[in-house]
Amino acid sequence: MAPAQSPRRSARVRRRLAPVVAVLVAGGLAACDSASSSSADPSRNADAKEVSLTVASNAIAGGKNAAEAEWYSSYVIPRFVEAQKAKGVTVTVKFQPSGVDDEQYKAKMALDLKSRSGADVIALDGIWVGEFAEAGYIRPLADVAGSGVTSWDGWSQIPKAVQANASYQDKPYGVPAGTDGRVLYFNKKLFAKAGLPQDWQPSSWQDILDAGARLKGVSGVTPVQINAGTAMGEATTMQGALPLLVGTGAEIYQDEKWQGNTQNVRDVLGFYKELVDKGLMDKNFQLGAKGRDESFAAFAAGKVGILLEGDYFWRSVINPDQGSAPMKSRDADVGYALIPAKSKGAGIRGQDVVSMSGGGGYFLNPNTKYPQQAWELLAFMSSPDAIKAMLGDTAKVTARQDVNTQVLGKDPLLGMISGKVLPLTAYRPGLAVYPQVSQALQQATADIISGKSVDEAAKTYGSAVEKVAGGAEKVASS
Amino acid sequence: MTAVRGASDAAGLGRTRAVAFITPGFLLIGAFLVFPALWTLYLGVTDYRLTGIAAADPQVVGLQNYTDAVADPAFRRSLVLTLAFVFGSAIVGQTVMGFLIASSMRSVPTPVKVVVETLVLLAWILPSSVVAFLWVAFLNRGGGTLSAILQSPGTAWLLEYPMASIIVFNTWRGTAFSMLLFSAALSAVPPSQLETARLAGAGAWERFRDVVFPHIRGHVLTNTLLISLWTFNDFSPYLLTAGGPNHATETLPVFIYQRAIYGGELGYGSAISLIMLVINLVIALFYIRLLRERAS
Amino acid sequence: MTTPGAVVRRILFYAFLAVVAAFWALPLLWLVFAPFDANPGLTVKLPDVTLDNFRRLGESPYALSSLRNSVLIAGGTMVLVTGLSALAAYALSRVRLPGRNMLLYGLLLLSSIVTGTAAMVPIFLLMFEVGLIDDRSGVALVLTGGLLPAAIFILKDFMDATPRSYEESARVFGASPFQVLRHVVLPIARPGLATIAVWSLVNAWGDFLTAYILLRDPDKSPAGVVMYTFYTEGGQANLPLISAFSLLYALPVVVLYLFVNRRYGFRFHGGIKS
Repeated sequence: MAPAQSPRRSARVRRRLAPVVAVLVAGGLAACDSASSSSADPSRNADAKEVSLTVASNAIAGGKNAAEAEWYSSYVIPRFVEAQKAKGVTVTVKFQPSGVDDEQYKAKMALDLKSRSGADVIALDGIWVGEFAEAGYIRPLADVAGSGVTSWDGWSQIPKAVQANASYQDKPYGVPAGTDGRVLYFNKKLFAKAGLPQDWQPSSWQDILDAGARLKGVSGVTPVQINAGTAMGEATTMQGALPLLVGTGAEIYQDEKWQGNTQNVRDVLGFYKELVDKGLMDKNFQLGAKGRDESFAAFAAGKVGILLEGDYFWRSVINPDQGSAPMKSRDADVGYALIPAKSKGAGIRGQDVVSMSGGGGYFLNPNTKYPQQAWELLAFMSSPDAIKAMLGDTAKVTARQDVNTQVLGKDPLLGMISGKVLPLTAYRPGLAVYPQVSQALQQATADIISGKSVDEAAKTYGSAVEKVAGGAEKVASS
Repeated sequence: MTAVRGASDAAGLGRTRAVAFITPGFLLIGAFLVFPALWTLYLGVTDYRLTGIAAADPQVVGLQNYTDAVADPAFRRSLVLTLAFVFGSAIVGQTVMGFLIASSMRSVPTPVKVVVETLVLLAWILPSSVVAFLWVAFLNRGGGTLSAILQSPGTAWLLEYPMASIIVFNTWRGTAFSMLLFSAALSAVPPSQLETARLAGAGAWERFRDVVFPHIRGHVLTNTLLISLWTFNDFSPYLLTAGGPNHATETLPVFIYQRAIYGGELGYGSAISLIMLVINLVIALFYIRLLRERAS
Repeated sequence: MTTPGAVVRRILFYAFLAVVAAFWALPLLWLVFAPFDANPGLTVKLPDVTLDNFRRLGESPYALSSLRNSVLIAGGTMVLVTGLSALAAYALSRVRLPGRNMLLYGLLLLSSIVTGTAAMVPIFLLMFEVGLIDDRSGVALVLTGGLLPAAIFILKDFMDATPRSYEESARVFGASPFQVLRHVVLPIARPGLATIAVWSLVNAWGDFLTAYILLRDPDKSPAGVVMYTFYTEGGQANLPLISAFSLLYALPVVVLYLFVNRRYGFRFHGGIKS
């Protein structure tokens, strides 16, 4: 018969060898894929006459952030190619769209950068800068494209606080693309029914509670919506816990320590508890997978009194024209107020009102073949004309003050955000463990919603943060 | 028509050709399944992350991920939820419904059979992302179909009965496989034996227990093994509830997704994958033993 | 001789069937109404009928091309899985190869890892090293790897249940092994092969993560990925587009199933009797 032994023996040998080989190769590859610390020459290929560049962003034509995607194909690429041609350089620029959930986009960019491939100019959210920098995925702009970066005239138009959004350890890694601010939206019609002023501006948390109590009297209305729970992810932290926290005078990371089980955090959780106990919030919004969407739809339908959100809500959600939950009467019926601190003067820097801001930026891929040209493209995308082209007829708070003064005049909310909110806002720390601290904070609010006591929730939060931060000495408690 | 188990080289392939037949498939499996799977398991003993310092410089932490998992109440809860999910939707839901439907279809006119079978199959064939929208609309508290039919407007099914909702959902989704299996198995039961039993005065339950079941027992076990494994590793509850409300439906695949994509903790996620594999192994061994008992 | 008891049982039986049919049919209603609704919501309601959603879908540059990509990727996966698993399952069923059962179970268990999230990085890095990033065939290969163990497992079960008498008689009549395979085994195995073909296509058709991780060029993205792009900046679903796209995304696999069912019958389990 055919050699009966060899298939069996070779199968056995293969089976024994395979895991060993796999581990060896895995180890080898793992060693390979750790980013090297050697910096490449910023002026490589600076004189190339044929250049190809790619831009990646979480936008896609016909889907998410379609306007941005459209901007690349109809403005950025043609104009840049033309400008370079005038200098005698043939450039091909491609846009690599994504259009998915932010976290999935982040994972994809991380994989690309890890394998030292990927687009030359990459859009990233400001809070990811810390972790990407620590992983070696991105490097300071000056390292990638040389000292020419510091002499760019755009820097003087971008406020220091906004620049920090695209920096790590005080070095810019990219150019900020825009920023935003959070306010309290309220429905003027419902306020009229509840006997509340049309030009409402609360000066403390108690004012919010009082307004909520009056709104409770109007039937079929959810008085207040301040995000809580884990279902909304970062939206809970940014449009809920953090604006409240800075209202108590503390930032989530200050003096080299994270906020753990402190009085500030307990105050925030206590406020949530009051909202829940007094029946001023709809728990269902905080629990369901689509709760945020549902709360927006409810506000648009005039069923929510007060909602804490960013300018994105005004621009893209209740916008009567193409919003996702359009409100025809938005301009007449929706008012907005600055977010009060816990009480007068209790906010960070002694402020009476507070806010939080975010935003992303465009970063250079350290492994780009054409650092100089990529920087030129990046600078071009961040020029006033380019930004205005992207905005078109819409208004948005951009990173540049020269553009803001020109475009924000038309829109009262955005003008207010740029003028009044940005100067007193706070940003999230660009540190690698921030996302996990954020999750712990979300969980704390979720615990309150599900009925736990403030002390219990704060305690769980405190130990979670200590674990994530790597030790109690990195966490503030009181 | 008893199938002859065990090999019998009826076509005269011979050992060499047989190995040649399995080689291409196994090469592909080796490269694109075994290799990455083993690599993932290796990651389970590191503190590997997708971003941050641990991405640039992962350290081998030995069994720490595993001890962390066992000590992590979120993991333990996830494990319990997953077992409940498998038991409720696969073992009870899909198998029982599959059997009931298959046996019912044997005594209805063909048009009815075609309609019912097609509906059940459609539920299984549609892509997950589409099915998620269907069920969110069905269970919606603000006018969903179920609320409309049961005249209970405002019931947030996914929030008030989350585990029940996803168990019912998964039963709806997966019954087709069991139904097909039982349909084939039932038609393999010799009608003469059933006839004999009926004439001897055996009732429906006794006919099932003594005539039908012995014939299909092997199939039941194979079927239950496959759907248990598939359900155990099924990610689709996430599309309905995102693991909520407040982690109430966070089965193990969802737990890993949250940790790996949202938290970036790939080392920990990989360790959980290995734990899941071990549990799957235990389940498989349990079924294999039941199968062997039957054969002997 | 219809006793009252028998009548009641009949009524209950049909009531049961009605509930079953309703249970399976009702959730499908959204797919029937929402795509044609000018303002669809996350509920089933009578539509404000329009074909506008489809027109808007046509304007979106990636919607229709993604369906073509799905056909390529899922089709490729189907061909690979069906072909390779048929060969392997037949060989494993008929020829005594040592350790085959344990090997199969082991592979089946491992397949659960690579279809999960944790294997995302190893798969990416592996495909990067072999240069198959942004390549649809890379996606098909990874999907095939994940589906093969179960396919072989099911088909082997199918083949085991198919009696060898036909093959043996053919051998007695002097047919070569390949002739036996082509003329005897293939026709008998066709229903099982057709079922595995549909099963593997359906699984590949619904894939998101693998395609998302491995592809970069949007013109290569399959429908499973593009489905998730119809959202707004902050994550709100664009329901008019999503509902229309869902219908287009679902139709091909439904049509395929109906076709295969009609032609071969759709079943995973063998035996000569159908």
